[in-house]
Amino acid sequence: MTARDEILGRVRAALADASEPPAASVPRRTPEADADVVALFCERVADYRADVERCSEAELPERLRAALPEGARVVVPTDLDLDLPGAVADDALSAADLDALDAVVTRARLAIAETGTIVLDHGPGQGRRAITLVPDHHVCVVDATQVVADVPDAFDLIEGAGVLTWISGPSATSDIELDRVEGVHGPRRLHVIVVG
Amino acid sequence: MTATFVGMPAFPIAARAALADTQLRHNLTHATHTIRDKRARVVGEVADWEELRQAGADLKDAALLDLARHLEQLEESLTSGGAVVHWASDAAEACRIVADVAKAHGADEVVKVKSMATQEIGLNEALAAEGIAAWETDLAELIVQLGDDLPSHILVPAIHRNRAEIREIFRSRMGASGRPAPDDLTDDPVELANAARLHLREKFLRAKVGVSGANFAVAETGTLVVVESEGNGRMCLTLPEVLVSVVGIEKVVPTFADLDVFLRLLPRSSTGERMNPYTSMWHGVTPGDGPQEVHVVLLDNGRTRALADRVGRQALRCIRCSACLNVCPVYERVGGHAYGSVYPGPIGAILNPLLRGVGDDAQVDSLPYASTLCGACYEVCPVKIDIPSVLVELRAQVVDARRGRRRPKAEAVAMRSAAWTFSDARRLARAERGSGLIGRWLTRLARLPGPGARWTSARDLPTPPRESFRAWWRRTRESGS
Repeated sequence: MTARDEILGRVRAALADASEPPAASVPRRTPEADADVVALFCERVADYRADVERCSEAELPERLRAALPEGARVVVPTDLDLDLPGAVADDALSAADLDALDAVVTRARLAIAETGTIVLDHGPGQGRRAITLVPDHHVCVVDATQVVADVPDAFDLIEGAGVLTWISGPSATSDIELDRVEGVHGPRRLHVIVVG
Repeated sequence: MTATFVGMPAFPIAARAALADTQLRHNLTHATHTIRDKRARVVGEVADWEELRQAGADLKDAALLDLARHLEQLEESLTSGGAVVHWASDAAEACRIVADVAKAHGADEVVKVKSMATQEIGLNEALAAEGIAAWETDLAELIVQLGDDLPSHILVPAIHRNRAEIREIFRSRMGASGRPAPDDLTDDPVELANAARLHLREKFLRAKVGVSGANFAVAETGTLVVVESEGNGRMCLTLPEVLVSVVGIEKVVPTFADLDVFLRLLPRSSTGERMNPYTSMWHGVTPGDGPQEVHVVLLDNGRTRALADRVGRQALRCIRCSACLNVCPVYERVGGHAYGSVYPGPIGAILNPLLRGVGDDAQVDSLPYASTLCGACYEVCPVKIDIPSVLVELRAQVVDARRGRRRPKAEAVAMRSAAWTFSDARRLARAERGSGLIGRWLTRLARLPGPGARWTSARDLPTPPRESFRAWWRRTRESGS
């Protein structure tokens, strides 16, 4: 008998007496009509000690330049629709190549106000997972229309069929005396620019 | 060689040693109170928290009570996503599967995401025996591994260490397994975290094989989820060419949308944050992104035994948040090592006996008694595991398993004589007169003689009343009317 058959057999035997599972009722709050989810998102991102700012579409190129240190070597997804002179397109760079770069600029799939979270589905303008991980500084451009109120709203828009990365603030740890310290292995600086 | 929990003494003996360690008690009090307050603050923000807990419990039950179907579905969706699915009945089988994958790629090292399942099966020791170094990359796990220490908390395995001790471990041990700690390292947590970053970065960049667990496995889509803070998880899940994930069969949830509830419950319960810094979700192999060879080991190792326990099976709902440890008055004082397992605290006191069975090992049998039954653990549990009820059930199972042994326990003798006394009104009256006499003589009963002394060594016994209830009733109600 294979381990598979053995385990499934034991599961069935263990549940011979089991009753019907209950139907779950999942609570969900409707945000108030006048709720400013974009302002809440910015506040919650700032709580994680990330940099966050809002600007208009016209201001974006200037804000992006200001967000990156002078002379920083920046990697971008090959299909990024933002104007960044001198940026290095991610042409299957190795992990060591990425480690030698200073920053990364991407877009996001959506953002969650309640938790201050950016969700990447690694689709257009977001690149593969490694580019937003290895460089020490992540600048993420979020459109104001991409901000949803809470976690259930995010699940309405995403599917489980690919890779997803949820980012809430910079890399952090609470492993030393349960005091939070920002910055371990992921980008130690997260900079979110909300457009619109 | 790292330390192991094998051969640990029973809880009361281990607890006595832990209680005598004042540094440990200081570290634990500080840490548990910090995290308790943080959790209470962010849970207080969620108006429908109780409904959310109920939904979490119901969704896990829905997964567990139809587990065979969900596991078959998970296997199918994982396979269709390009993952290789393995099944492991026990720890030895799971370790062998991981070692075989590493050896097939000629790897003499693997990088590891913090994972309770791989600790439970003793994977690092098993890989070491095959000549493969397993590098722990979570900061707390690194502290434990470098210090040849044992984990003492589910979320923060080095909770028993303070910053000065961590600095010492980094300075004296980092050099032996890679890049040494900077010479001028202080005990500032920012500097300590930076030393770990530098030490591990070279390992991440060269690693061929990554090993992880999973917080959740979605049957419907084959999505695996890892919830973390530091980014070490993302490194291990993304940079290596090969990824092996060891997943307990109880980690399955039916649908992708179910993750909504757990991602609202887990971070607030665990680290006391609205959301943890990084959550990774992946589905088999993604061309051009991350490991191109993905293995998933579905692990039983006692879970089907726990599932067969009608009262205890609810423990399999556990999402390893560790909120129950942080509020437990027993854990707060003795710490995690006294529980003799990678699963300490209230959840460990039920999970270990459920996974391993009672009646065979004195250490395991001592765990259901490592509680005051105060119920704080049940109140904070995000999936509503009624830990006190399971503890009481397991105590009964321990007593039943030990019944009929040649030398009965003093407690059993006391219970038997109490039953004999209570079963006859005249015997009870005689006993009451006797205890009334004792009550007249004594003002305080601090120590029982003989075998009773073990009971009173940690408890006060109330002085027996001078007059029993029945005697009082006769005197005031019957004689006067």
